[in-house]
This record gives sequence, structure tokens and C-alpha cells, in this order.
Amino acid sequence: MIGISGLTKSFGDRPVLAGVDLSVARGESLCVIGQSGTGKSVLLKCILGLVLPDAGRVLWRGQPLDAASRPAFLAQFGMLFQGGALFDSLSVWQNVAFRLRQTMPDGPARAIAIEKLARVGLGAETADLMPAQLSGGMMKRAALARAIAADPQVIFFDEPTTGLDPIRARRINGLIRGIVEETGATAITITHDMDSVRAIGDRVALLQDGHILWDGPVAAMDDAPALAGFLGQDPAG
Amino acid sequence: MNPVRLTGRASLYLLRAIGAVVLFTLRGLFRLRPFYPRAFAAQLVQIGWLSLPVVGLTALFTGAALALQIHSGGARFQASDVVPAIVAIGMVRELGPVLGGLMVAARVASSIAAEIGTMKVTEQIDALVTLSTDPMRWLVTPRLWAAVLTVPVLVGVGDVIGIMGGWIVGTQSLGFVSATYLSNSWAYLEGWDVWSGLIKGAAFGLIVAVSGCWFGMHSGRGAEGVGRATKSAVVAAAVGILAANFVLTGLFFR
Repeated sequence: MIGISGLTKSFGDRPVLAGVDLSVARGESLCVIGQSGTGKSVLLKCILGLVLPDAGRVLWRGQPLDAASRPAFLAQFGMLFQGGALFDSLSVWQNVAFRLRQTMPDGPARAIAIEKLARVGLGAETADLMPAQLSGGMMKRAALARAIAADPQVIFFDEPTTGLDPIRARRINGLIRGIVEETGATAITITHDMDSVRAIGDRVALLQDGHILWDGPVAAMDDAPALAGFLGQDPAG
Repeated sequence: MNPVRLTGRASLYLLRAIGAVVLFTLRGLFRLRPFYPRAFAAQLVQIGWLSLPVVGLTALFTGAALALQIHSGGARFQASDVVPAIVAIGMVRELGPVLGGLMVAARVASSIAAEIGTMKVTEQIDALVTLSTDPMRWLVTPRLWAAVLTVPVLVGVGDVIGIMGGWIVGTQSLGFVSATYLSNSWAYLEGWDVWSGLIKGAAFGLIVAVSGCWFGMHSGRGAEGVGRATKSAVVAAAVGILAANFVLTGLFFR
């Protein structure tokens, strides 16, 4: 469904991605792991067009993803940002229904937003709160509700458990797994939390020194020599 | 380094920066579809309505001080009677637009730069893109148009309040008769005096909003980056207003 071929990106003299090749099948949940600063988020931003790669291509349903085809891709896409990235000036329901309000009146958009908030474990009473009134875990959940509000076919999760305590992190991982299974969406998760990988992923790819160093099923990662160093190290890098 | 090469590089850098700001402004002004009426209405309130107290107070005290100055200075050559006319002309042509613009710059350019800069560093602008929304259309266009439309209104209101400031001082402490003061205020005022001030207001509004949006969208990382963007936006807007005022005054009144 999504293919990445020879993706290269440097910032000044520092190469971050040095020819990344990767593909994700429809309905598959891929986790991309790697130390901090290895370019995991840059990879995600190259796919989204937020960062222009120096070379290489991103394919969507076999076609190159470019300025012309990106709006159609984004229309079927949802993303959970590392810090939530909720809009400060909008209430929780307005954040969740942000995309919906561009095509439907406020009444039905709010109803869908409340339904999605319930799906991530937030009650209707949170709908009218502002993002600044939410705790870290609630903010993550509200951001997750926004990511799934328009029933996307592709969802990206950027460090979904960063900043959460282990209990909340486990809950978010469970929610993400449930949502991916329910919706059948294709998921790409950027993380360095191996608990997230085990809970969310079908497949895992290790990004190191600008390349995909190892790529295989989550079940096989404990036996992969290439991952031994990464699995044994401090996740904060 | 060779001084010629250094000058050339500096000139190219400056021209590139000016070109980038001009293109940013044109994109912000004319990429209207889709237009976001809610975002625009919110900015009308933020930039226009909420700036009214500070612009009004500035105009009131400026008009009052101007009346005292002109009365005191005019007495040296027996011309104290010109206070109403000079206060009116001075306010609508120059002090209303410039001081109003500077107060809006202090209040609005900083807040726009801080808001957009914070949105940038917390990935809210990236989030807009992933939600199929162009940040230029959602963030920049409403602010630019709101500032261009509301600052002239603020200037007009400020002009009236400033003239009233002069009238209060003139009638309460300088011995002017109220009706005479007011009739002398209008008698020497021409339509173009008022229009030139309002046009200046629109130009200053654009400068304020472009400064805030430009520095916010190009904010560096973290609190320090946002702080630097905010400071740069206010300085650029204030200097831009004073420079534009000189150019426009030259164009309108030479």
C-alpha cells in the first residue's frame, strides 16, 4: 500500500536517511524503531511531504506520491503526533472534528467527535474542555480520537507513548492495537518503546545509520542478532 | 574577504529575503480558497476589537498632549488659536495612524508571532497539513485581511478620540469655547487628510500582520526560538511602520 524507495535526506553535511527502502502492505502494522536522532521522524515527514527528500520516491497504491496526489492521500490519512499537537485555540471536540467540520455542519460533526472520544475512553464531559485543561494521557487520547475521526485507511503514530507513565503507555498501546484491528487500517508507528512494538506491531524495521538494518515480523525480533544491541540498550538512546 | 564580494553577498541575501517576504505576503493575501470565515471572524475580534482600548487611550493622551504643546509653542508667535486645527490635522494625518499602528504592532505582531511560533514548535502546523488544511490559508490569510481591514477603522476611531482629547484640554484648561474649538477642528480638515491616514492604517495593518506571521512561521525551536520570533516581529513591524510612514507621507503630501 505504501512503498519507500531509495529515500535520501541530509541536513547540511549530515546525512540522516541514506537510501531507505521499505514497504507496508494494506492492513499491516509496521513499527519503525531506532535510536534518537536516527531519522525516524524525518522518514515520516518525508512520506507526508512535510520534509522534501533529496532523492528517492514514496509510492501510494503503486503510484508516486507527489504534490498532485498528496491531497487524495491525506484525505484518507490520520496521524497521532508525539506531543498530541492539539490546536490550543479550539476545544477538544473542535479538535477531534477539525476535518469533519470542513464538510459537514457542527451538529453531526460534534456527535461524531463525541463518539470517537468515547472510543478512546474519554467521556462527553471532556468535549468542551480546552487542550490546556487535559492531562498528558487525556491529551494523547484526544489526539488519537482526532487521528481516527474521519475513519482513515492509513494511520501514523509518532512516539505514541512518549511522556506517559507505564500504565498509561500500556493503555494507549492497547487502544492503538484495538483501533488498528477494528478499522483494518494500515499503520506505521515510529517508536523506541519496545513494549509498544510488541503491543502494536505485526512487523518491525530497525533504522540505523540512514538505512533499514533489519526488517521482519515482531515475533522474530528477539532472535535477530541485528536487534540485540538495540533491545539491550537504554530506550532513551 | 574581498569587500566587493562581501557587499555582493549581503545584497543578494537582502534581495532574497525581501523577495521571500513579498511572495509570502502575496500568497497570504490572495490564496483565498478555501476561505475560513470562523478563523477570519476570530481575528477581526483579536486584532480589531481587542486593540480598541489601547489605541483609544493612546489617541486620547496624544491629542491632549498635542493641544498643550501647540498652545504653549503657538503663544511664542501669537498663534495659540490654531490649536484645534493643528490637533485635528496632526492626529488624522500623522499621529493617529503612526501611534495607532505602533500600538497595534506592540500588541498584535507579538501575539501573532508567539501563537504561530508555538504552533510550529509543537507540531500543530504539521498537524494542519495532515488534516488537509493549508497553514497559509488557515493561519496567515485571515490575519492579514483582518489587520488590513480593522487597523484603518482603529485609526479612524483613534482620530476622533485624539481630537476629543485636544478638545477636553482646550475647553477645560486652555480657555477655548467648546463650539468654536469643534468648528475650528473641522474647518481646516480636508477629506484627503482623513483618507491618507486611513490608507496608512491599512498599510500599517498589513505590515503588522505580515511581520507576526512571517516570524511565527519561521520561528526557531523551543521557547528561545519563539521568544526571538516574537521580539523580531515587534521590531520589524515598528521599523516597517515608521519607514512606510515616511514613504507614504512623501507620496501623499509632496
